[in-house]
Amino acid sequence: MYPVHAAEPAVTMSRTALRVGLVFPTLLGTYGDRGNAVVLVERARRRGYAAELVDVAAGTPVPDSLDVYVLGGGEDEQQVMASDGLRASSGALTRARDTGAVVFAVCAGYQLLGHRYETGAGVTLDGLGLADMTTTGGPDRLIGEVVVDVDPALGIDALSGFENHSGRTTLGRDARPLGTVRVGGGNGDGHDGVLAPRLVGTYLHGPVLARNPALADLLLRWATGADTLAPLDDARPHALARERIAAATATGWRARVRDWRLAHG
Amino acid sequence: MNPHLDARARFAVTLGRWAGRVSRAAGRGAGTQVSGRVMLAVAPDLLDRVGPGRATVIVSATNGKTTTTRLLTEALRAAGRTVATNHTGANMASGVTAALVADPVAAAADTAVLEVDERWVPRVVDAVGPDLLLLGNLSRDQLDRMGEVRAVARRWRTMLEAHPSLRVVANASDPNVVWSASPATVTWVALGSAWNDDAAVCPQCAALLSWDRDDYRCSTCGFSRPDTPNRLDGDTLVLEDEKIHLALSLPGRWNVMNAALAVTAAHTLGVDPSRAAAAMRDVEIVSGRFAPVALGDGRHARVLLAKNPAGWTEVLRWLSGRDAGVVLAVNAHLADGRDPSWLWDVPFELLAGLSVTASGERALDVAVRLDYGGVRCRIEPDPTRAARALPERDVVIVASYTQFTALTRRSW
Repeated sequence: MYPVHAAEPAVTMSRTALRVGLVFPTLLGTYGDRGNAVVLVERARRRGYAAELVDVAAGTPVPDSLDVYVLGGGEDEQQVMASDGLRASSGALTRARDTGAVVFAVCAGYQLLGHRYETGAGVTLDGLGLADMTTTGGPDRLIGEVVVDVDPALGIDALSGFENHSGRTTLGRDARPLGTVRVGGGNGDGHDGVLAPRLVGTYLHGPVLARNPALADLLLRWATGADTLAPLDDARPHALARERIAAATATGWRARVRDWRLAHG
Repeated sequence: MNPHLDARARFAVTLGRWAGRVSRAAGRGAGTQVSGRVMLAVAPDLLDRVGPGRATVIVSATNGKTTTTRLLTEALRAAGRTVATNHTGANMASGVTAALVADPVAAAADTAVLEVDERWVPRVVDAVGPDLLLLGNLSRDQLDRMGEVRAVARRWRTMLEAHPSLRVVANASDPNVVWSASPATVTWVALGSAWNDDAAVCPQCAALLSWDRDDYRCSTCGFSRPDTPNRLDGDTLVLEDEKIHLALSLPGRWNVMNAALAVTAAHTLGVDPSRAAAAMRDVEIVSGRFAPVALGDGRHARVLLAKNPAGWTEVLRWLSGRDAGVVLAVNAHLADGRDPSWLWDVPFELLAGLSVTASGERALDVAVRLDYGGVRCRIEPDPTRAARALPERDVVIVASYTQFTALTRRSW
C-alpha cells in the first residue's frame, strides 16, 4: 500500500501497488532503457511503496491501468512496429494520462510522443500526439555524452546521459523543452526533450534515470502524488553523474587526452 | 613468399613483417594489425593478390569468432592440413592480410581459416573468394560504432545474393543469420538460442516474430527456422544421423556452440566429425581467453572476455552459483563501445550472493547497475588489485575488450 495524495483521481486509489509499465521492451529496448523502469520500481520499493514492473509485450494492447509508462529507444524497423502498436492503443495512453498516469520516453519512444517522425528514409511514422512536436531525420547521427541543464521550474540538477540518434525534434508553440543542452546535440536546436504535465521525453540514454536519481524521483512524486520522498543513499549515482559531466565538459588538453584515449585504448 | 607477387607487393610484405616484429618487441601486442596496416599502405591491393589460391574458410559472428576459428584450425591441422590463420583476433582487412603472409610457413599453407569482423565480411569475401563461410550469430554490439543488428544482416544478405553458389555453414537458431545466409548454398545447424532479444521482429518482413522456446515463425510472411537434422542437443552434436560428443576443456555453453559450428564446418570440408571434435578437446586458452593472470600471492585469476550483452549473459550464467570471486572490469573506449548502457540489458542479478567488485574505468556505471539489481559490490578501478582483495581461492575477471587486452597482453 502506498500513501495516496488527496487530489489523486479515484482510479489510482483503488489500487494497492505502483505499476510501472515497460512498453514493448523487445521493440523499444535496444539501449538498456529497461533500466529506467527498474530504477523507478526499485526507488519506490526502497521508500516502502509496493511497486511492480509490468512488461507490456509487443503485439498486446497497452492497458490504461498503469501508473507509469516507460518507453525506450529502438532500431528503425522496431520503431515502425512500435508506432503501429502504440497508435492502436493511443486511446489507452491518453485515458491513463488524463487520470493521473506518468509517461516517460527516451529516444525512439520520445520521438513517438509527437505528432509524427519523418525518417531520413522517406518514411513518415505517425506518433501519439501526446506532445506538440515533430521529428525529422537529420543528416548525421548525434552520438556522445550529453549534459542538459534542466528547466529551473523542476528544481533538479543538470542531467547526464549518452545520445545516439539521427532525429531532429522541433517543439510546437504549446510545448516546452526539458532543458538546455550544455554539451551534445539533443533535439538539435540547443534544447533537449519535452516537458508537459506528468510527461517527460528526452534523447538521453545511460539509462538516464540510473545516472540522474533526481529525475527518477520527480517522476515518482508525480506518480504517487507525494510532495516529498524519503532520501536514499545516492552516493554512487551522484559520483557517476559527476564523473560523466566532468568527462563531457573537459576542455583544452584534458579533452584532447580523453578523446585520444577513447579512440586508441 | 608467393613467387607471383610483384616487387611492390614483396616490398610491402617485407616491410609489414618488420613493422610487426618492432611492434611486438615494443610490447604493443601481437603486432598483426600494425603489420597488416603497413602492408596495405604500401600495396593497397595486397589482400586481393595473396587471398586467392588456397582453400579458405571465413568465420564471422557477433560472438565466438576467435574461438570458432581456433577450434576449426585445430581440426583441420589434425586432419593433416597446413593452416594460416589470424589467431590474434586482428580481423579486419589488415589483420587478414598480415595473417596470410605473416611468415613463409603461413604464406605456403594449403588452407586459411580467417575470422572476419562482421562489417568486413563482404570486402574480404570479394578479395579472397572463400570456399566456405561460417555465420554464427548476430546480436547488439557496440551500437555507437557497429550500427544496429539489421544493418549487418542486410550487408551479409546483399553479399550472398551476389555469391549464390558460395557454401555457407550457418546457425539455424538465429533468425537474423538465417535471413542473411538464405541466398547462398547453406548447411544449417541449429545451435539453440542463447539470446533472442535482437530477434523480436521478422528479418524478412518486419512483423512480430513468434517464439516457442528455440523455434520461431513469422505468421505474416511464413519466414521460419530452416528444417535441418543437424542440431546441438546438450553436449552432443547431431550431424545427419551421426552423433558427436563435444567434450571441451573450454568452459561454458557458448563454447559448446562454437565447437558445434566448427565441427559442422570441418565435416563440410571432408574431415571426419568425431576426429574434428577430438582435436578441439585439448584447447584450453584462445587468444588469452581464460588465461591465468598471476595475482602475486600464489593465486591466479582467470580472465574472460565479454564484449556485448549476449556474451555477458552467457558468462554470468556460467558464473552463477559457482564458488568464485568476481571482478567486472569495464571500459568504454571506442573498441568497447563508448556507451555502457548495455549493462542494463544484462542479468547481473545472477551474481547475487557472490563477492563482486566493480572495476575498470567505468566501475561506477557497473556499481550503480549492480546496486539496483540487488547485488552488493565494492569498487576498485584496477582489476588486478580488485582480484587480489577478494578472499576466494578462485577469482574470475570478466573484462570488456580494452580491459581484456591490457590484462592479457603479456600472455600473447
